[in-house]
Amino acid sequence: MSEAIAVTGRRERVSRLTRLLESEKVLAVALLLPGVVILITFIAYPFVMALWFSLTSIRVGDAGQYVGLANFTKAIDDTIFQQAFKNTVFYTFWATIFKLALGMWLALLLNRHFRFKRIVRASMLLPFIIPTVLSAFAWRWMFDPTFSVMNWALYHGGMITDRLPFLSSGDWAMWCAVVVNTWRGMPFFAITLLAGLQTISPDLHEAAALDGANAWNRFWHVTWPLLLPVTLVVVVFSVIQTFSDFQLIYVLTGGGPANSTHLIATYAYQIGVGSGLLGEGAALSLFMFPVLFAVVWVQLRYLKRMENA
Amino acid sequence: MAGILAAHRAPVFAQANTVHILRWNDFVPAADKVLREVFAPEVQKALGIKLNVETVNANDIPARATSSIQSGNGPDIIMLLNNYPHLYSSAAVDVSAIADEVGKAQGGIYDANAQLNRVGGKWVSMPWSVVPALIVYRKSWFDEVGAKTFPKTWQEYHEVGKKLKAAKRPIGQTLGNTFGDAPTFTYPFLWSYGGQEVDAKGKVVIDSKGTVDSVRFMAQFWKDAHDEGGLAWDDSNNNRAFLSGDISASLNGASIYVAALNGADKFKTEKGAPLHTDCLHAPLPAGPSGAHAYHTAFNHMVMKYSKNAKGAIEFLRWAHRKENYEKWFTVQKGFAVGPTKSWEDHAMWKQDPVMAPFRTAPQAQKRLMGYAGQPNQKAAEAWNKYIVTVMYAQACSGKMKPEESVKWAAGELGKIYTGT
Repeated sequence: MSEAIAVTGRRERVSRLTRLLESEKVLAVALLLPGVVILITFIAYPFVMALWFSLTSIRVGDAGQYVGLANFTKAIDDTIFQQAFKNTVFYTFWATIFKLALGMWLALLLNRHFRFKRIVRASMLLPFIIPTVLSAFAWRWMFDPTFSVMNWALYHGGMITDRLPFLSSGDWAMWCAVVVNTWRGMPFFAITLLAGLQTISPDLHEAAALDGANAWNRFWHVTWPLLLPVTLVVVVFSVIQTFSDFQLIYVLTGGGPANSTHLIATYAYQIGVGSGLLGEGAALSLFMFPVLFAVVWVQLRYLKRMENA
Repeated sequence: MAGILAAHRAPVFAQANTVHILRWNDFVPAADKVLREVFAPEVQKALGIKLNVETVNANDIPARATSSIQSGNGPDIIMLLNNYPHLYSSAAVDVSAIADEVGKAQGGIYDANAQLNRVGGKWVSMPWSVVPALIVYRKSWFDEVGAKTFPKTWQEYHEVGKKLKAAKRPIGQTLGNTFGDAPTFTYPFLWSYGGQEVDAKGKVVIDSKGTVDSVRFMAQFWKDAHDEGGLAWDDSNNNRAFLSGDISASLNGASIYVAALNGADKFKTEKGAPLHTDCLHAPLPAGPSGAHAYHTAFNHMVMKYSKNAKGAIEFLRWAHRKENYEKWFTVQKGFAVGPTKSWEDHAMWKQDPVMAPFRTAPQAQKRLMGYAGQPNQKAAEAWNKYIVTVMYAQACSGKMKPEESVKWAAGELGKIYTGT
């Protein structure tokens, strides 16, 4: 008897839950809740803490006091930060351009039929899979001022008489960082654009070819417009990652020579973590936020307009 | 269970007496081996302390210290370089008792090391060792260009360096953003020309004739005599370059010599002799305002958040006892010297005359970062921002003229010291 009551009770509870979840609003809340909790814990909370830190004189082991925007004004007046900001923009701009151009070229090549296509496509992802710290160390060895394998090869090949200053000249070092970032990020562009290319119906290309369009025209008038939404999403991701890059520069140059390759993230780390000035470090890193927010906002708005068109 | 109830008392469990110490990856790996393979079992036997030794790259220690202090969780003891104890003083346990004991028993702690570890009248960390920075050079190569003894002045060193570079044997020196060899070169160089960051009252005075002269001299010296790749070197590049025969001299702890000594079969001169037989050490040359030195200090801070601060202090007290410390000290072969004067008299110094200049090197250290002020938090911030090193690097790389670079440094120091 009591068992029958228990079973009935359980059924009622199950059916009540089922009824509850049949409501779209409740289901939406239930499904979103874990994500929201994760976002609050790991994104919103650290972000709010960083905001608070940036408004205080907190340093390691000392809670500090409220200082308003003093940390931000100090940063704006800091010539190393000014250099780091310019470097970050330069690094992001050129690395993204190269990754997009080379990634597109690679995607178009990989979209063709050839032998061992799958192996080549899989191996393309290697630079993306290898931990950045490891690959940056390998590149650092290749660019080493004394033992660079490239210098050795060029010198013994009779192409140079003095070592090339890969990491010992500020300009060279910045371009070296762009090259390594491009090498690392290009596969992400290539594979994502390849996925986009495969959604484009071959019929469109055939029709364009029948109408007399050459390869360039087919790319420009058929492939590119259809690939644009995917491209924009990839570019947004890339800009965010590149603008906030840390590992690559930290390992490759440490921000040197003479602070020539500091990015906002590496300089913020040096001040906040290295020197224990947590408030100032937080303020420096928050300078990334409005720039990235603007990039994302502009690009998403553009995407929305395209979807509505 | 019945036994516990019968005894009317809670069961006694063995107390976990673990001490976690964070240190750098020693440039003399045998020293880390002593900590793990000799200290750990011996301190377990002597005090029941289980010693957990963790080593990381020295450049990464501040990050670990910061995150440990902010989270209130991490190693019980953290090894801190130079004046970092001033940065983290609020997170430290007072170790004045050990410092007093060790100082009294071992001939006194060097003055410079006392300044680096004492904040507000108390010892916030315990000096562990000093790594003197001296120039290691190839005796035969200097002989070949006519330098029978090591140059006594920067001007003489410049002249010798020109000849060495012409013979494709440049001087190797880092001016990169790195913790050791760069500032230990640039700070004494600045002082030897009469330059200094601040005056005794903390007013920034770096923009002086002495500083400008020093930067101007360095820019030319760099071009004429140095491996210009040094702008991108960290603390290990000069070791590799010297051991491979690419450079003729470099400011260094004795790690190059010790590596050549330990790898006598591997590192040879061009004539096939063991490389260490062609190495000598010399102090930095003098400028118009004399000769100066900066030797890197290694200190141990017992962290306030530690749940076993008592065990950590006991471990340090045990480790500093002569009979224990000696085991670590001797494998260093002079790369790191003791924090107290009595270690100058150790028999080890009689074994190898090439290492003799390291024995009393800490006595020559009369100035610290932030001179003529205190080696305090502001001095640590300037040091961490590599302002003095970058001042020279900017001029050497051609990024700025010497005068501009000095003005830049004055501006940056001004923001740190006076907030203007």
